Amino acid sequence: MNYKSRITLDIVFKVVFKATGYLVLALLGGIFAMLIYNSISFFLDVKPWDFFTGMEWAPTAKSPKYGMLPLIVSTTLVTFGAMLIAIPLGVGTASYIAIYAKPRVKNILKPTIEMLAAIPSVVIGFLGIVFLSPGIADLADLPNGLNALNGAILLAIMALPTIITVAEDAIHAVPNAYKEASYGVGANRWQTLRKVIIPAAAPGVITAIMLGVGRAIGETMTVLMVTGNAALMPTGMFDSVKTMTATIAIEMGEVPYETTHYYALYAIATVLFFMTLFANIVGEFFINRFRKYHAV
Amino acid sequence: MESFLLTDSENIMQFKTNKLSSVIEWGSLLLSTAIVCFFIAVIIWEIFSKGFSVLSWEFTTMVPKEGMTSGGILTPIIGTVLLTLITSAFAVPFGICCAIYLNEYAENTWVTRTIRAAIRNLSGVPSIIYGLFGLALFVQALNFGTSLVAAGLTLGLLSLPYIITTTEEALKRIPNSTREAALAVGATKFETIKDVVIPSAMSGILTGVVLTLSRAAGETAPILFTGAAFYINGSSGYVNQEFMALPYHLYMLSTQHQSIDQVKPIAYGTALVLVIVVFLLNLTAFYIRYKYRKDEN
Repeated sequence: MNYKSRITLDIVFKVVFKATGYLVLALLGGIFAMLIYNSISFFLDVKPWDFFTGMEWAPTAKSPKYGMLPLIVSTTLVTFGAMLIAIPLGVGTASYIAIYAKPRVKNILKPTIEMLAAIPSVVIGFLGIVFLSPGIADLADLPNGLNALNGAILLAIMALPTIITVAEDAIHAVPNAYKEASYGVGANRWQTLRKVIIPAAAPGVITAIMLGVGRAIGETMTVLMVTGNAALMPTGMFDSVKTMTATIAIEMGEVPYETTHYYALYAIATVLFFMTLFANIVGEFFINRFRKYHAV
Repeated sequence: MESFLLTDSENIMQFKTNKLSSVIEWGSLLLSTAIVCFFIAVIIWEIFSKGFSVLSWEFTTMVPKEGMTSGGILTPIIGTVLLTLITSAFAVPFGICCAIYLNEYAENTWVTRTIRAAIRNLSGVPSIIYGLFGLALFVQALNFGTSLVAAGLTLGLLSLPYIITTTEEALKRIPNSTREAALAVGATKFETIKDVVIPSAMSGILTGVVLTLSRAAGETAPILFTGAAFYINGSSGYVNQEFMALPYHLYMLSTQHQSIDQVKPIAYGTALVLVIVVFLLNLTAFYIRYKYRKDEN
């Protein structure tokens, strides 16, 4: 190849690479524009106030009701339940791996947990139906076990790998000098963990939790399969609930294009988008704080 | 001098309670780890023990028959393979080019920082929203209809942020001296990247790509409204038509089929095949990483 064509090629590819970089921006912009455009179309038909505070989701009724409060409460309930299970287990396991486990045990535990992260959500949902649901029905004496509790347990299992991995990294990254100082003044291993290491790693642990929350809010297939999908205001963990993601997944396949109901599903997606964005931004804020104070 | 020193007996008491509480508390950490491992064991055991009896050569090479109550899962297997191929054909070159731009060309300006923030946010966007975007862009605006290509491209968009991030990590590990050496002997920047940087970062890039594809192969939500079908007669294989896929097949068998008890064994078999596919892809990624580390040393 002569010099001139080599230079041309160099310039062409520089432009190609740069274009792909900008296309990623366009992708996020496109998603955002789609959500906003369709939400505006929806809010031309339904007042935002009715949408956010309405207690009834019945888009196919004779006089349709588009109140998404039951859906938000359902998503929150299931996510909250999942975190009640996943946070103690996840942070406990992360502390065990980071401080207590011998290298050999560590080398087995970490790939095992990565394996859990690799299992597709639809498989977890399937087990929720065939394995967990009969168990819950027996224990609580219910006709079936498809309810918020089932969803919360499965979401906890799915959030665990994220929480454990990120929290373990944070605990691991706490400078050794902190531990040595603590041992030096006579603290034992447990006191060191609780009073020194966990507080120092706290921003990283919070990031781990927020990433787990983001994952739980956005998870679709498992909750769709195991929570029963009754769009009513839930009163407890044994109620059947319909989360925001499940509502979109079920109803999008059935609505005619460009009806109010169709736009309503995009409006739900917009709320979902901002909820996960918020969880991720909070997570990022804390991990940046962590990096600032414990630059390794 | 009445000191705050403890007497011997008090000292021993304190020591014992400390010891007892630390045993209990360490036990709780061990217990939480044990519970997590128990969850994993139950999941693996349940799928392998009940799916294994269904698994046979016929099961993976026959198309579904009699309303999917008998026969095999060949059609969904083909669908998932084709889907993953389309996903990678789109996302791998796109993702690698973007990572090259970010790591090799981009300066630290506000545009670059915005692109990086966009990538971080995109990886947090729920998969169902990618499904909606695929529906609006590929199915409706570009008029592909609900089809294999629309679903494959949707999964490609979902995979992009992961491929970009892992590729950039791999590129970052290549020392600058390598690039300078190539530039010094007269290579253009593009030649340096093509012939020196990418080959040395290849194993890291491949690991990321394989892991991302294993995730995409198991995704269900993005293909719900972009092309996955309940049932296709014969074997699918046209990019402009609807298709069957393993994860969607499992979802449908366990929730939408009218005779759920009858198809349960097939559902277990499908779950097992899906898990095996995903694990094999993960093992491949581990193997590439392991081999690379060994070669490096």
